[in-house]
Amino acid sequence: MAEKIIRVLLAKPGLDGHDRGVRVIAKGLRDAGMEVIYLGLHQTPEDIVEAAIQEDVDVIGLSSLAGAHMTIFPKVIELLKEKNAEDILIVGGGIIPEDDLKSLEDQGVDKLFLPGTTITEIAEFIRSKMDSRAA
Amino acid sequence: MKIRDKKLFEEEKRKYDNKETPSRKTPEKFSTVSSEPIKELYTPKDIEHLEYMKDLGFPGEYPYTRGVQTDMYRGRTWTMRQFAGFGTAEESNQRYKYLLQGGGTGLSVAFDMPTIMGYDSDHPRSLGEVGRCGVAIDSLEDMVVLFDGIPLDKVSTSMTINGPAVILWALYIAVGERQGISSEKLRGTIQNDILKEYHAQKSFIFPPVQSMRIITDIMEFAADHVPKWNTISISGYHIREAGSTAVQELAFTLADGFAYVEAGIAAGMDVDKFAPRLSFFFNSHNDFFEEIAKYRAARRIWARRMKEKYGAKNPRSWLLRFHTQTAGCSLTAQQPENNIIRTAYQALAAVLGGTQSLHTNSMDEVLALPTEKAVTIALRTQQIIANETGVANTIDPLAGSYFVESLTDTMERRAEEYFRKIDDSGGMLAAIDNGFIRREIESSAYRYQRQLEKKEKIVVGVNEYRTNDEPDLEILKVDSELERKQAARVKKLREERDNGAVRKALKELNDAARGNDNIVPRVLNAVKALCTEGEIIGELKKVFGEYREPAI
Repeated sequence: MAEKIIRVLLAKPGLDGHDRGVRVIAKGLRDAGMEVIYLGLHQTPEDIVEAAIQEDVDVIGLSSLAGAHMTIFPKVIELLKEKNAEDILIVGGGIIPEDDLKSLEDQGVDKLFLPGTTITEIAEFIRSKMDSRAA
Repeated sequence: MKIRDKKLFEEEKRKYDNKETPSRKTPEKFSTVSSEPIKELYTPKDIEHLEYMKDLGFPGEYPYTRGVQTDMYRGRTWTMRQFAGFGTAEESNQRYKYLLQGGGTGLSVAFDMPTIMGYDSDHPRSLGEVGRCGVAIDSLEDMVVLFDGIPLDKVSTSMTINGPAVILWALYIAVGERQGISSEKLRGTIQNDILKEYHAQKSFIFPPVQSMRIITDIMEFAADHVPKWNTISISGYHIREAGSTAVQELAFTLADGFAYVEAGIAAGMDVDKFAPRLSFFFNSHNDFFEEIAKYRAARRIWARRMKEKYGAKNPRSWLLRFHTQTAGCSLTAQQPENNIIRTAYQALAAVLGGTQSLHTNSMDEVLALPTEKAVTIALRTQQIIANETGVANTIDPLAGSYFVESLTDTMERRAEEYFRKIDDSGGMLAAIDNGFIRREIESSAYRYQRQLEKKEKIVVGVNEYRTNDEPDLEILKVDSELERKQAARVKKLREERDNGAVRKALKELNDAARGNDNIVPRVLNAVKALCTEGEIIGELKKVFGEYREPAI
């Protein structure tokens, strides 16, 4: 049986437009064999969760570089719970101070990647999580 | 330097070129951070096609390769302009007064994301972002507080604002009026460079054509009423931060500049009426000589085009004056103290390239807004360059270097190739529409990421020389209570002001936007009637529509 192709939804919530990172990752994860949907800028938590469910994705990746992570990431998690879609893996990245990082991981973000992370590391993390779930 | 015996030179050069060394087997290993190949050795042969008076000239003289002023830093060192702003207008006002008391004469205002995107502080989209990465401004009330006790005829103020630039500028003019200062006396800059928002920073509001109309209205109003104001700061900074190469930064920024000039001419203005008020803003990245060559090439290209293509007669229209900021994207979260050293080299490149003003980044900006200590070190870095290194004693000290002149020339030629490609695709607005610029930047960003992962490019502390115990750095925190206070403040304003006057002002603005009248006087009336920023943007959106980026 062919291996299931991992589907990833990437989005930039909040108002800032620093999309270099998220665009590089979209391309990198595609090159790593995943199917990537990049929703674009200025996405609300509602937009993101609705798209994730409609597109039946395995992973949501959120990018934040201007300080909106503490309000928006938890809101996405809350909405996913409401829709019984907590099985979707949540990852994120950007400029996120250490204290916020711990708090967000406590609140249910599976992993936050900080500046300097390679695409290979991100792809490997996603694959290992998917494999352990399939097992 | 003369080559007396040409035959001997050729012979010796051939001998030198034919020697076998290990490094000559892998020439591809030697390239700039932008992947521009660099030769092992540059000699007089590399610059023999250049002619001093035509290609370099004297400082303060066409084509300005060596600098825009006659005496450069001997007359006055560059302006050390550090960008700041956070929280509420009160807090930022205190910071500005502190800076001015310390001898500063220039302010540089950072706005928060809701202000940048045209949303009031109580809008649902503003949630969690009010006052975070800059100051929150909703109405004239806030602007009055921001500049309270600061006489606007005594300072020059740079405002980093693009989509809603016309509103923040009108607010500034209105504050001046309240202080009894006429608009002719106001000095400063609005970034107001919308084209690079579509390429790179992505803080656009309206579609390109409508945005260009607002900008020509601003250029015209400024020429007549605010003559000392720099109306557009044409910015390569963000293009580079988005991952472009140095050549792309140079080419796309200047091409944006040409697009503004063409728009001004098309709107019926004489080029010399508005061109002297255009200024530039570049990045300074890690590759030392490439950056210096970029600034030198930029001045030469701009002067040549303005004179020869656009027929500008006033020498002030030929001058490319620029601000530089060191590269935020070059900073690393790993071993953040190393960022002090990166920033110092980048700042030195900007100075050797002849910048008019400079912002040096703080070591912790990759983690959060900078702390006061980090900001002080960043400023001290500039002061050390100015006062201790001696590099400002003579003008353009690298001129005549075989390498630097050759690289300057290469940058100019590579930029010209991009200008042709942009012209071929139908001009800058077409190149935005068909995604050409965005794709070029994106593929450079991706190539660089791949080079890092394959260790073809090394970043100290990130893909080499890593350490396991990272020191804890103290981080600046913004109080989340201020969002609630600021939202309450704008709500209260809407209840207490004369809402009849607000409706009338917005209606008149709408009419001007639909027709051909300059919108600036209408925006000025609207801000004086206490319309909020969000309301004015909302009214303009009804006429101009909103821009949405195509999906990938």
